[in-house]
Amino acid sequence: MTETTGGIDMDEDTSGVVKKFLYVNRKAPYGTIYALESLEVVLIAAAFDQDVSLAFLDDGVYQIVKGQHTKPIDVKNFSPTYRALEGYDIEKLYVEKESMEERGLTDKDFLVPVQVVGRAEMADLMEQQDVVLTF
Amino acid sequence: MLHTVNKSPFERNTLDSCLTHAKKGSAILLIEDGVYGALKSTPYTDKVKAAMKNVAVYALYPDIEARGMQDRTIDGIKLVDYPGFVDLVAEHATVQAWL
Repeated sequence: MTETTGGIDMDEDTSGVVKKFLYVNRKAPYGTIYALESLEVVLIAAAFDQDVSLAFLDDGVYQIVKGQHTKPIDVKNFSPTYRALEGYDIEKLYVEKESMEERGLTDKDFLVPVQVVGRAEMADLMEQQDVVLTF
Repeated sequence: MLHTVNKSPFERNTLDSCLTHAKKGSAILLIEDGVYGALKSTPYTDKVKAAMKNVAVYALYPDIEARGMQDRTIDGIKLVDYPGFVDLVAEHATVQAWL
């Protein structure tokens, strides 16, 4: 650490650190800004080549439902962005089974391939991370 | 009286509270995340259906479309557009916005 970098360690050996990041999405899209903000931060982590996973539970499962048409409410439809995540090597998308079923949804209703996991498995997944960011 | 509900029933008890306070002959309009309360096959479906015997339930279609919830709403819920929203407000002497 040096004075000139304001305490930020600029040594090269820290540049390649890859951590496991889990983004937990619990909010429906459009009613609040959380879903969109989460997606923005996911893309930042991807830009830093981190090991990123996304979890969708509670109302968060509504974020990736097919057939969103937001023109009538004059809001940006950000749902196509979930399909672009694959291009950033973000392919670990988990949906909580209980949340999905409670809302009358099936894995066929989602616009991206997801892995459906039970609540217990979701809890394990959260336990395995270095960083968990919940929205 | 016209009641509006703008929160998801899964996240808040707003819809539940509204349903238990809305008197016979009043109207409930579901808007924003409140439209998730208009869906079939949820734990809230039966409660809404029961309420529909006494109150008219409406949902704002642009909000349903935005969320990809077309064709998932309970039969008998009337879908309205923005001018329909305005008409409902004009038709009722008072509006209670449940937040």
